[in-house]
Amino acid sequence: MSQQIEENAYLNMDLLRFTTAGSVDDGKSTLIGRLLYDSKSIFQDQMEAIEKSSKSSGEEEVNLALLTDGLKAEREQKITIDVAYRYFATPKRKFIIADTPGHTQYTRNMVTGASTADLAIILVDASKGLLTQSRRHAFISSLLRIPHLVVAVNKMDLVDYDEKVFDEIVADFRNFAKKLNVTDISYIPISALKGDNVVEKSERTDWYKGSTLLHHLETVKVDAGKNVVDFRLPVQYVIRPNQNFRGFAGQVSSGHVRPGDEVTILPSGLSTKVKEIVTRDGNLEAAFTGDSVTLTMEDEIDISRGDMIVRKNNVPTIRNNFEAYLCWMNEKSLEPGKQYLIKQTTQTAKVFIDDILYRINVDSLSREDANKLELNEIGRVKIQASKPIFFDPYQINQRTGSFIIIDPATNVTVGAGMIRAGSTTDGKKSRGSIRKKSPNVVWEPWNIPREEREERNGHKAKLLWFTGISGSGKSTIAKALEKKLWDDGKKTVLLDGDQVRHGLNGDLGFSASDRRENIRRVGEVARLFYEHGNIVLCTFVSPFNADREDLKALFPEGEFQIVHVDCSSEKAQDRDPKGLYKKAKEGEIIGLTGYDADYEIPENPTLLIDTEKLSVDEAVEECMKILS
Amino acid sequence: MSELKNTSHLKQLENEGIYIMREVAAQFERPVLLFSGGKDSIVMFHLALKAFHPGRIPFPLMHVDTGHNFKETIEFRDKLVKKYDVDLIIGSVQDSIDEGKVEEETGPDASRNALQTVTLLDTLKKHQVDAALGGGRRDEEKARAKERFFSHRDVFGQWDPKNQRPELWNLYNGRKSQGENFRVFPLSNWTEMDVWQYIAQENIDIPSLYFAHDRKVFDRRGVWLADTEFVNRMDEEKLVTKTVRFRTIGDATCTGAVLSEASDLEEIIQEVASARETERGTRHDDKRSETAMEDRKRQGYF
Repeated sequence: MSQQIEENAYLNMDLLRFTTAGSVDDGKSTLIGRLLYDSKSIFQDQMEAIEKSSKSSGEEEVNLALLTDGLKAEREQKITIDVAYRYFATPKRKFIIADTPGHTQYTRNMVTGASTADLAIILVDASKGLLTQSRRHAFISSLLRIPHLVVAVNKMDLVDYDEKVFDEIVADFRNFAKKLNVTDISYIPISALKGDNVVEKSERTDWYKGSTLLHHLETVKVDAGKNVVDFRLPVQYVIRPNQNFRGFAGQVSSGHVRPGDEVTILPSGLSTKVKEIVTRDGNLEAAFTGDSVTLTMEDEIDISRGDMIVRKNNVPTIRNNFEAYLCWMNEKSLEPGKQYLIKQTTQTAKVFIDDILYRINVDSLSREDANKLELNEIGRVKIQASKPIFFDPYQINQRTGSFIIIDPATNVTVGAGMIRAGSTTDGKKSRGSIRKKSPNVVWEPWNIPREEREERNGHKAKLLWFTGISGSGKSTIAKALEKKLWDDGKKTVLLDGDQVRHGLNGDLGFSASDRRENIRRVGEVARLFYEHGNIVLCTFVSPFNADREDLKALFPEGEFQIVHVDCSSEKAQDRDPKGLYKKAKEGEIIGLTGYDADYEIPENPTLLIDTEKLSVDEAVEECMKILS
Repeated sequence: MSELKNTSHLKQLENEGIYIMREVAAQFERPVLLFSGGKDSIVMFHLALKAFHPGRIPFPLMHVDTGHNFKETIEFRDKLVKKYDVDLIIGSVQDSIDEGKVEEETGPDASRNALQTVTLLDTLKKHQVDAALGGGRRDEEKARAKERFFSHRDVFGQWDPKNQRPELWNLYNGRKSQGENFRVFPLSNWTEMDVWQYIAQENIDIPSLYFAHDRKVFDRRGVWLADTEFVNRMDEEKLVTKTVRFRTIGDATCTGAVLSEASDLEEIIQEVASARETERGTRHDDKRSETAMEDRKRQGYF
């Protein structure tokens, strides 16, 4: 802590929650002790207490790990057995550490610590290399959607600060991380014991040009995992001091809300407008993700705890049955068919676990058959609830996509789950709705109908959606096609991935939810141009069938035409027009479609262009055929 | 629109605290807010005001009065109760002694601190309290680092550190069997610094004991204890007048003062920032053994 506090400087501090994970001997407690010690967050009396403890157990150096090993039992066994929370602050940021034990049987604690974290530090012992446990930690971090990972290669002092040892571990981890859904991974060589690159930059690793661990923690973007799009407010409590005031209190799970916004109340489906956002410090003009507020409504609608207030044209999935990843947290194993309780947002419901689809081997990441889940096991399950649950898939919205399972016989929390999607058993489409409309929405007709615009333009409005991996030739073909159309006197618009990412979608990253939002917005924009009579050409990697399927619904039947621009991944890597594959190979970016992220081949494209067989001109000709 | 709005650490801690307050009001039938007159319980009270505005706080305050409190604490409590129209339940250690449930300690270090556990549990039982909001913070002491927001207590009011429910996301499980209850800690994630910064930011009124003032004190094994009728001062313990303030406010027999010139909140924040001892370092009761806090927690103390 700084001695010199600028006046009110703390009002601008923000907050980073991170979790630390490592095997028993990776030196995790020592690292946390080091962070607390070097950032001067340890007080003299605490230091004296651990000096005393270290001496009495016969250790030579002061054991920094003792700072964090709280409970008697674990101090005797010298392992941490439960999630412990630690706090420190620098002038820039306050930090909350969820310190989770690395012991084999404590997967549940890792899941617990990860559930609230913005960042995970994965500790790897440089003298041992990448072990199974580190892989498991990385997998759980990715399953829980922690947006940032830091691989801290510890005990560099034991390998003489050898760059090669570090590089090998980094390469191993990168190779493994391809299977995971994490976009931001940093690698830092440290020695927690000696203090290298933890707070101070080490002179013994002059080959390392990156940040120290603390500097990284101080500067990493904190709200990367937030869903700022979909407004959701689960009602916690109704405030009714007198007949004239009815306020609905809760914390904004995601998105934002303003007075005057049209909202729908679930499960009733009734709509009204937000009248005021009430707080003791005065009414607000807007409430954002994380704000604890009280809303009043224009109309008298019966709303109670467990209900959810959402934006009128943007409602979550409402289903009795859904699929989820479930981590089992109790010695008594999960019994399919037994009745449990689920707690999700502010509602509670009776549930059955219908079926365990598979168990995930957290070490090999393979799927295994299972008819029960034991303590610390993770599986994909089907859940049947006694009443409709309102949710978004966890990957899009962690607050509305998460739940705990309670055993009604003991009242103990026995499981933690992440909703993947509505269950597919009844044959219905199983995605969260990105554009599910309330039945009350009235679409305002266009001022000048498309048909009239088409007549004046002398041609029909069209929409071609070019999809394919990076380097397949989408842009090249679309550009040549647009030039041809322009020369023919047609009205055209070309929407290109890189362009929209600089402007319209400049706020989006490359997480699965951001990618999806990217495509959703482009779809809406394409639709506007389409309705204005243009021939719209869109070139986007758009790797997922589901996203492309969603777009289809925006256009008249049969008018959303997919052009799959295809070539082998070797050819694409060879072309590499934007240098992306090169960066991916060097590990600068991960999650590149066609390299280390999947591309789902369109099932029935209007047109398939193999750019290893057709020239650009031939491809343009093929496109012209479907436009005529 | 700026998504950076309201993301300061204090705003986030406040949002979380308010959320916990509302969960308690919604999930339990007879909650109370444990009020000691100390800064943590005052901040907790402030969060409760915010959580239920414009309504009244929907649960009473409960004060376990050792009978050895500083008079400033009691005055402050009574003023607050009156101003905000809240109900107050008082559990009296003196009553527990009179009823023969506990025996007063003797000797120079005699303190009612250990006795108040019995009074607390009795008062909770008498009022059938199913959730007691406490101002405990995880940064205070090692044993608290693993404490939950919703801490389950068995029918004897005891805490079993190995048998606590996992807490994930913001989903708090307050289900319980007959006779069991919860301690709930809305300030779990706050540090002493956060509390002071928040008091300054929100301009919250606190007892004058926290600010530097002249007081007659004596030195007992490195701790400055105030001269009150409740402490048995030994002959060699000479009274001196010092400029002091209190970093925590508890029982007068075991809460030490620190030498300080800090007379306003900004000065206190400066002092906390450069402090070399934790605030519990001035608590005589924690010095008895290294795991003193954990032992008392198991018995039902906070």
